[in-house]
Amino acid sequence: MDNRKRFYISRRQVIRGLLATTAFGLTAKLGTGCTPAQNQATTPASPSAGGGTEPVALGFIYVGPKDDFGYNQAHAEGAATVKGLGWTKVVEEASVPETTAVEETMRNMIEQDKVVALFPTSFGYFDPHILKLAVDYPEVQFFHAGGLYEEGKTPKNVGSYFGYIDEAMYLCGIAAAQTSKTGKLGFIGAKPIPQVLRNINSFTLGARSVKPTITTQVIFTGDWAEPVKEAQAANSLADQGIDVLTCHVDSPKVVMETAEKRGIFCCGYHADQTALAPKGYLTGGEWDWSTIYTKYAEMIKEGKTVMAGSIPHVVRGGLKEGFWKLSAFGPAVSEETKKQVEDAKAKFMDGSMVIYKGNLKDNTGKALFAAGKDMTQQDPELEKMNWLVEGVIGKVGS
Amino acid sequence: MINRYQWRSTLETIAIPLGALVVSLFVFGIFCGLAGANPFGVYGSIYQAAFGSWSSFQGTLIRASPLMLSSLCTALPARLGLVIIGNEGAIVIGGVGAVAAGLALENTSPLVVQLGMAIAGLVSGGLWIMAVGALRHYRGVNETISSLLMNYIAIALLNHLVGGPMKDPTSLNKPSSFPILDINMVGQIPGTRIHYGLLYGIIACVIAYFLIQRTTFGFAARTAGGNIKAARIAGLPVGKLTMAICFLAGSCAGLAGMVEVAAVHGKANESLNAGYGYSGILVAFIARHNPLAATLVAVLLGGILSSGGILQRSHQLPDATVLVFQGLVFLIVLFSDSLYGKFDVFKDKPPTTLTTGNEVSV
Repeated sequence: MDNRKRFYISRRQVIRGLLATTAFGLTAKLGTGCTPAQNQATTPASPSAGGGTEPVALGFIYVGPKDDFGYNQAHAEGAATVKGLGWTKVVEEASVPETTAVEETMRNMIEQDKVVALFPTSFGYFDPHILKLAVDYPEVQFFHAGGLYEEGKTPKNVGSYFGYIDEAMYLCGIAAAQTSKTGKLGFIGAKPIPQVLRNINSFTLGARSVKPTITTQVIFTGDWAEPVKEAQAANSLADQGIDVLTCHVDSPKVVMETAEKRGIFCCGYHADQTALAPKGYLTGGEWDWSTIYTKYAEMIKEGKTVMAGSIPHVVRGGLKEGFWKLSAFGPAVSEETKKQVEDAKAKFMDGSMVIYKGNLKDNTGKALFAAGKDMTQQDPELEKMNWLVEGVIGKVGS
Repeated sequence: MINRYQWRSTLETIAIPLGALVVSLFVFGIFCGLAGANPFGVYGSIYQAAFGSWSSFQGTLIRASPLMLSSLCTALPARLGLVIIGNEGAIVIGGVGAVAAGLALENTSPLVVQLGMAIAGLVSGGLWIMAVGALRHYRGVNETISSLLMNYIAIALLNHLVGGPMKDPTSLNKPSSFPILDINMVGQIPGTRIHYGLLYGIIACVIAYFLIQRTTFGFAARTAGGNIKAARIAGLPVGKLTMAICFLAGSCAGLAGMVEVAAVHGKANESLNAGYGYSGILVAFIARHNPLAATLVAVLLGGILSSGGILQRSHQLPDATVLVFQGLVFLIVLFSDSLYGKFDVFKDKPPTTLTTGNEVSV
């Protein structure tokens, strides 16, 4: 071998390397974005802030990046509020998959960071991971977003919280119906599961409460993070003459951006997406985890526990309980529409609004509930929803 | 006597990957410095989180166990000259097969159920990758592309089955198959929190190594991988070899799927598709398709993955940091491939009395 050629790298090797880089980048989803470090740089409160006692250590776990403009960002914003309280210590991990990885993360947070309560926020963390760890660490409290607590079956130290954000989607429906010129709305959902169906139905019922002939076309993408399919769905809905889009996927970013690009309107979900669609954004349903997490942190600070029953096992609520808020109205929303939305919002506030009324039919014409029986938001029947209301174009089956 | 002259090339195959690892740690340190963290603190934390104590090492092994089995799905066909990246699909299909068997055999004894699930996982994953081999051998379809595309088919099939025919109606917001009974689950190795999947992985890697390096079957496969025309002329049954190796490769990944179902989740759902397949490709390439090296590399990668948490919690680094680290290691190891045979220090001195070649066998 010629000594001068010792470190020679052939063109073939370079090409091979570049191909490998690309392939790895694609498969490992290197492009899913990073969370800027400065977001997390808040220092934990000094012990003296809590009156000389140890700070309350809480752990938050997210399934995706913290700046996804969606589900994870909403939770991370809530955690940031808790962090700012001054007497808490917040540890966070983002992009933790729903496998043994989350068990290890929870274990590390408990053993290394000495957290007293964990908030694993993704639905898939619940069974079997949280259930397993809750048995291993009976003194740690686990609060889960959306999980079902079953008396006698679920470990005592597990609590569940979730909000009726479909109320916000009902209001979005009103704004969408009033702004739409074509009378056709579009909804991009991840999977036909109860949480998603409920948002579709409430959105449609809100729209039809002001314009009874309006329709919602639904497309399911099949998974929580499918940016390409979401863009295709948004484009095909726009092609069909639909002029207001909304969605229920992990990150609404792509849908909002596509709607803006196509010059149609959109309603946000999970978090505030005004920045993504400054012209077409009407309003949106945002989680308000700040309120909920602050309440939990205060209860934990006071020494209350879910094991002793001083923190309820199941916490559910809507606008009144501070689980959601509405995004600021965009420029396309008329004053009259704003007033209509605010009126309906006031009814949610005083609890007089019923979304699912007794005479409701599904989109095949079948009556849904026993005649005249109104379903309140708390009704567990609604958490098992497997139908789409009249006015929705789409099917639950895949 | 020949071995005496080959220590330098053996040293080369150890020193170059290790050197690549050191270089990638260095580059990663620069990255951490740019992101505002102290690189030495980061190295310390990575070590602590991955290998620092028995408890954290268990975490590393838990993450490593699916990677060992998954990596064989790429490593075995690579010896035959095939680049197969269908690991993810084979894991998913293996998991689905295992659940189907587990539910069908539900009322028999736990041993029968576990055995049934393992066989179902092995066979279904094996057939899945064997289809890739068949497409390659009989129809000339590029095996890399077809195996990659079959991943998507497998995931779609999983989503269809757990959302439809196999769906447990009580799994509302995360559609899943019916659960396997607790009594039929594969447990933990006594005294640890590591499930038996780790043992399966190590045993499979040892068997694969023996099969490839120490049997005539393995020799035939390596010959066909070296020069397929020569192998045909020598009368080797290339088609049969392709089918057999692909089946074995797929069955390893299928077993990984079975372990995920039977030791972790207890049912089939979208969590089966968690990226172990893609990480397995990485392991196979770093291990240079040597099954024994794959066990070590899997442990190393498990350590890297389990350090992801502490990088976020203690060093306030972004969540993608661990992916950056993983990517750096992968790239630098791949590039280090080009350095083989370029250092004089690793050249075996030709024995003075013999004239036989002593080419570095790669």
